[in-house]
Amino acid sequence: MPKPAKGTGPQPNNPERLILDGAVVANEWRLVPADEANTEITAASLAPGKVILPLSLWQRLRADLAGRESEIGVWLDSDETADQLGPSASDLPLVAVHFPTFADGRGFSTARLLRERYGYTGELRAVGAFMRDQLTYLRRCGFNAFAYEGAQPLEQLLDSMHDFSDSYQAAVDEPRPIFRRRSLAG
Amino acid sequence: MYRYDERDRTIIGERVAQFRGQTERYLAGELSEEEFLPLRLQNGLYIQRLAPMLRIAVPYGLLNSAQLRRLARISRDYDKGYAHFTTRQNLQFNWPQLEDVPDILSELAEVEMHAVQTSGNCIRNTTSDPYAGVARDEIADPRPYCELIRQWSTFHPEFAFLPRKFKIAVNGAEADRAAIRVHDIGVQIVERDGAIGYQVYVGGGQGRTPVIAELIRDFLPEEDLLSYLEAIVRVYNQLGRRDNKYKARIKILVKALGPEEFCRRVEEEWAQIRDSADRLTPEALAWARSFFPEPEYRQLDAAVTEAALRDQADSDRAFSRWLERNTFPHRVPGYRAVRLSTKPTGVPPGDVTDTQLEAIADLADRFSFGEARVTHDQNVVLADVRQDALLDLWQAARKHGFATPNIGTLTDMICCPGGDYCSLANAKSIPVAEAIQRRFDDLDYLYDLGDLNLNISGCMNACGHHHVGHIGILGVDKKGEEFYQVQLGGSSSENTSLARVLGPSFSRAEVPEVIGKILDIYIEQRRADELFLDTYNRIGLQPFKERVYAKAS
Ligand code: SF4
Repeated sequence: MPKPAKGTGPQPNNPERLILDGAVVANEWRLVPADEANTEITAASLAPGKVILPLSLWQRLRADLAGRESEIGVWLDSDETADQLGPSASDLPLVAVHFPTFADGRGFSTARLLRERYGYTGELRAVGAFMRDQLTYLRRCGFNAFAYEGAQPLEQLLDSMHDFSDSYQAAVDEPRPIFRRRSLAG
Repeated sequence: MYRYDERDRTIIGERVAQFRGQTERYLAGELSEEEFLPLRLQNGLYIQRLAPMLRIAVPYGLLNSAQLRRLARISRDYDKGYAHFTTRQNLQFNWPQLEDVPDILSELAEVEMHAVQTSGNCIRNTTSDPYAGVARDEIADPRPYCELIRQWSTFHPEFAFLPRKFKIAVNGAEADRAAIRVHDIGVQIVERDGAIGYQVYVGGGQGRTPVIAELIRDFLPEEDLLSYLEAIVRVYNQLGRRDNKYKARIKILVKALGPEEFCRRVEEEWAQIRDSADRLTPEALAWARSFFPEPEYRQLDAAVTEAALRDQADSDRAFSRWLERNTFPHRVPGYRAVRLSTKPTGVPPGDVTDTQLEAIADLADRFSFGEARVTHDQNVVLADVRQDALLDLWQAARKHGFATPNIGTLTDMICCPGGDYCSLANAKSIPVAEAIQRRFDDLDYLYDLGDLNLNISGCMNACGHHHVGHIGILGVDKKGEEFYQVQLGGSSSENTSLARVLGPSFSRAEVPEVIGKILDIYIEQRRADELFLDTYNRIGLQPFKERVYAKAS
């Protein structure tokens, strides 16, 4: 798909702690920002250990990184769509989706498509400027990890993960829309 | 009307609790202005020029009397005793206190109402025909579909942060009374070979770049409504522009890709999800329909009630005027739909007081099975009134100021709040409406003019729908002063057209005079039964232009 023009937007931070599957845990992954200097990175120069690469870098190094699959993740910027990763997402232990601003909602579609269309079951991590108040929506779209950059303590964020105990429409967390769950006696 | 069950109550209740927490965090300084903004907007809360404004969702315009009474009480307890019906069939409070809003929302939840997604870059309240279920030209009642769309779009996790706001309208009749072709998605219910389905229009809109929507699907099977909507909004969410808010609506994307390519992408996406759980089951459709049953109409002898009505009309000219302008044919013999006008001269169009809201509730209970509908031209419809009760209703409506017999005429204007309330305005709109109402107050003249929509917006955001007014007035800023541009020839009917600008703009004082000249041309040039729009379409802009801009000799 052609993409809307890409600006030199903000890059995701990579905080030391994050929320994973409902618990606060240490972040075990490095993250390589999207940068023009990335052209100089080679598979050999990439230090060992868990690392999240920008999509284009991963695409270039993928073949050379054979054997290191369990420590290579990919992050998609908001103008990169799920189909650019497609079924090969399933070979990855981690996919991160970037929210350059909280108002940029493209990542919600990306996450759902990775889960629902491309069968991705690994860690799906939201990175960037999303807000506490978006956690329910993020979770419903399939994210299970949240590298929150904002000012609030992660422990408080856990409360917002389940602002809603029920929902109207189908999503990753509940594949049946409400009309298939109600008793439709009328 | 749709009634909440335990699930709806839980979801809406949790939303109120969530917003209460957000408001507390904002007031405690834990949420920045910027972060609070989309949260409050998605709960209908704007910060206006003078005070916050709270927009309450009225799903497809439908209200029951208990809700009307609650709205009256809220306007009394938390506001200045009045409220405003909007052009999206919603209702606004203009003076609530920010810290009271969570309490207002929980009062609304008690009567199965909310302010969810009445603003913000998300899917807004779905609008429809105020005569749904009663119109003679109806193909199918649009309300069950509107309700299914309401539920699908409410807190949709994927579509809460779209590039821009997103509006859907559904029309179920031959005539388009929902202006579907100036919506992001317009759904027209159709019947083919005995099967119900939809024509789907995409990319219409008003605002600063008015566009008439394109037909992208000529027949969508009934059960595929939600998956198709999901495909459209998903394509838009992924590809709509986010770098410039004036180019972010779906209409710009449809133009940029071209309707064929846009349609191809939607179809491609839809092919992947049409067999998903979003497919409406026969049970779900029957369930949605069950909330809009046929009211318990009496078997009336229409010949008798109509004859009696004619006698009443013959002996009372004022009643007969009202009957002619403010009532609408009903598919059930012996019944009529009635429009209560919120537009007597001197009252901002769409404004109602707390006692008037209660009066509407009483009238609805007494005359129309306890329900009322808000119209997109800011009036109120009582849809199911017995013909033999019309005289009583008229007398009661008169007492409360709702019987101005001007529906569909020049003085039944659509008018946005404008510079008196809205911080985005270039110019005031309410005083312009009032000046026009004062100048053209002769009913015989108004009736002679016939159907004529005059729409006023205070800026190019076009909340007053000036692009689709037969006559449109737009507030513009000319070197810091308020001026008004006049446009002619718009229509939001099934023959949608966008108005064209007459020429240079006018001062506020000049506007009534300019309208007068435009009407003179129409009266001079019209043939037989031509309405204003017909004459305009035949003779074009030029004769109007010449008269209005003629140099004084
Ligand atoms: S048209 Fe402009 S002035 Fe009028 S309500 Fe909308 S934004 Fe405000």
